[in-house]
Amino acid sequence: MLRLKNVSKKFENLQAVSSVDLTVSERETKVLVGPSGCGKSTLIRLAIGIIEPDEGEIYFKGELVAHENLLEIRRKIGYVIQEGGLFPHLTAVQNIKLVAEYLEWSSNKITARIKELAELTHFPKDALERFPLQLSGGQRQRVSLMRALMLDPEVLLLDEPLGALDPMIKADLQEELRTIFRTLGKAVVLVTHDINEAEFFADELLLMKDGKILQQGSIRELLKNPVDDFVEKFINAQRVRASN
Amino acid sequence: MLLIRRLLLGLVIAANFCFPQWSMGGESQNEIKIGSKKFTESVILGEMAYHLINKKGVTAVHKAELGGTQILFKSLVQGELDIYPEYTGTIVQEIFSGELFRNEEEVRDKLESMGILMSKPIGFNNSYIIGMKKEAAKKFGIDKISDLKNYPELKFGFSNEFMDRGDGWPSLQRKYNLPQRDVRGIDHDIGYRGLENGSIDVIDLYSTDAEIDYYDLKSLIDDLNHFPEYQAVFLYRSDFAMRNPESVKSLLRLEGMISESDMVKLNADVKLAGKSEGEVASKFLERKLNVKTEFYQMTIFEKLIRNTYDHLFLVVISLSAAIIIAIPLGIFAYKTAKFGQLLLGTIGVIQTIPSLALIVFMIPLLGIGAKPAIAALFLYSLLPIVRNTYSGLKDIPLQLSESAEALGLPSRVKMIKIELPLASRSILSGIKTAAVINVGTATLGAIIGAGGYGQPILTGIRLDDTGLILQGAIPAALLAFGVQWLFEMLEPIFVSKGLRLGE
Ligand SMILES: Nc1ncnc2c1ncn2[C@@H]1O[C@H](COP(=O)(O)OP(=O)(O)OP(=O)(O)O)[C@@H](O)[C@H]1O
Ligand SMILES: [Mg+2]
Repeated sequence: MLRLKNVSKKFENLQAVSSVDLTVSERETKVLVGPSGCGKSTLIRLAIGIIEPDEGEIYFKGELVAHENLLEIRRKIGYVIQEGGLFPHLTAVQNIKLVAEYLEWSSNKITARIKELAELTHFPKDALERFPLQLSGGQRQRVSLMRALMLDPEVLLLDEPLGALDPMIKADLQEELRTIFRTLGKAVVLVTHDINEAEFFADELLLMKDGKILQQGSIRELLKNPVDDFVEKFINAQRVRASN
Repeated sequence: MLLIRRLLLGLVIAANFCFPQWSMGGESQNEIKIGSKKFTESVILGEMAYHLINKKGVTAVHKAELGGTQILFKSLVQGELDIYPEYTGTIVQEIFSGELFRNEEEVRDKLESMGILMSKPIGFNNSYIIGMKKEAAKKFGIDKISDLKNYPELKFGFSNEFMDRGDGWPSLQRKYNLPQRDVRGIDHDIGYRGLENGSIDVIDLYSTDAEIDYYDLKSLIDDLNHFPEYQAVFLYRSDFAMRNPESVKSLLRLEGMISESDMVKLNADVKLAGKSEGEVASKFLERKLNVKTEFYQMTIFEKLIRNTYDHLFLVVISLSAAIIIAIPLGIFAYKTAKFGQLLLGTIGVIQTIPSLALIVFMIPLLGIGAKPAIAALFLYSLLPIVRNTYSGLKDIPLQLSESAEALGLPSRVKMIKIELPLASRSILSGIKTAAVINVGTATLGAIIGAGGYGQPILTGIRLDDTGLILQGAIPAALLAFGVQWLFEMLEPIFVSKGLRLGE
């Protein structure tokens, strides 16, 4: 579905992403983990074309992503930015339907779709007319998710969609999201700092360090055959603390 | 420069289109346009010309208090004016400074080559004189200009025009070898007040000034014959004379009719007795030429309405044009980083031109009246709006611009739906700043005949009439407050509630 081939990106003299290959197919969830600043968000931004790679190519359904087809492809990808990125001047519902309105969907279709999404994410209906600043953190993240899901995209790129939520809401939303991914059969790339969350979602885990993919596979595989000490340490750091 | 010129012309054409009465009021072909300088005597002579010509069933307008010699003469040459009163000395010394004329014939030839005719002298000689308080002159024993040499500590305050005209201060200093160091350029009318409160000892005056008696001044004898004759005359366009022989005939009835003492009296009637120029001129014509004319005295309230209308006209047109042009320019600056800096820099430079200078610069391009004032106000209002549009867009947080980007909207839609609304508060506050500056600066428009609240201020300074100054200053200040208030009221309409929640 989405394929990044040998992509690299340098900011001034910092190699944020170097020679990464990443493929995600239908009904598959790949989870990106790794220490802060290792290039996860950069990789996601490359995937949706917000920044251009210095080297390498990106294919969407086998088609090379270029200037001509960029806008159209973006609309087929749902993206949730790390900090939410809701537009403060628009209400929740205006945020969600922005692109659908541009595409001239009928208002019936828009209303129906939003109702469906609000149910899916257990979002309170009366909060739809509120502005982002009037929503709780968890509600905001769900609005971001609804916005990303609105056009029923085939691919979802989620950059820490559940970061900084209280554990109860987080657990709830994790359940809801996994159900959404599975029932809708999306291709998903999800970034997280939380190893437990990664394990919960991942068909396959990709561990990044210094802009490179160090190792990929299921968590069990990674623990069984770590390519080096770092992999083991990274995964165990949270598990150990969690078990305390 | 070419671009700016085109832009201004386009603006004027658009404004003409929207406000046809403006072009009809100021530009119609058969209307006779009389100008006068910004001092009482010139205004009175302009009124006389107006009464004489308007009487013959021809429409005349008097654009009073247009500024100094350069503005008036240029406007006459360009056909913005048909007639204005001038002085022979000024023509030789200032308009054609640096050129040598052996006699009056040569002056007439020179003027005629520019399509301008000169009347015979109206009768009085209004020479420059150098004056000081009588008591002071007595105390120091000063009688002649050459006596000033012995008192280098005296403070001189000369009118701005006198400071740099051909026969003004520099040549006076050379001729008399004057040693004074403290020499300031000030407004003629403010000079009298300087004398009164002792901040100035010596000023330049006109020999027909009403204030000579009023302030108890002594005029110093020009013992080296420095100042040339300043015979009052009318200058008028030859093509106008050709088309309107009757009007010229009426105008020329003034030749030789006003003596120096007549003029001092007329000036005093306006400046000291507080009568209007129109009334004084009309009564004089009746007395002297037996010409009956009507003069219409506007009430304070009518004047206020008139000035408010003129002022709002300048502000509304220039500000709307600035908003329409400046927001796209700000967007453009934001989209093209390098060119944007250049653009912001250029507009910033325009802003550093003193407003008075900018308004006067517009005259060669657009003549006198409302057009050049609107053009200058337009240029002045650009910067705050362009800069705030630019910075409002530039300050959109990265995660917002990235999520906007990731939605896959075309950049035009993205601009309208997301970026401009996010920048709306900054843009609105830029417009507010521009509007407040605009309202204040528009008072300068009166200098080039655009009217507005500047008119009573200008007249008030000329007549040393604080009440009159306040008639312009108070409404101008109130309007500025009103504008500020209006934009605060507009904020909820243009700035989304979602952005105002944070406070
Ligand atoms: N626009 C930019 N210019 C310069 N450096 C950047 C830019 N964006 C990111 N970086 C740098 O690139 C590196 C990778 O950043 P990235 O945001 O991809 O990290 P991350 O893995 O998402 O980190 P985190 O887990 O904290 O979100 C970091 O060192 C960051 O400082
Ligand atoms: Mg990140």
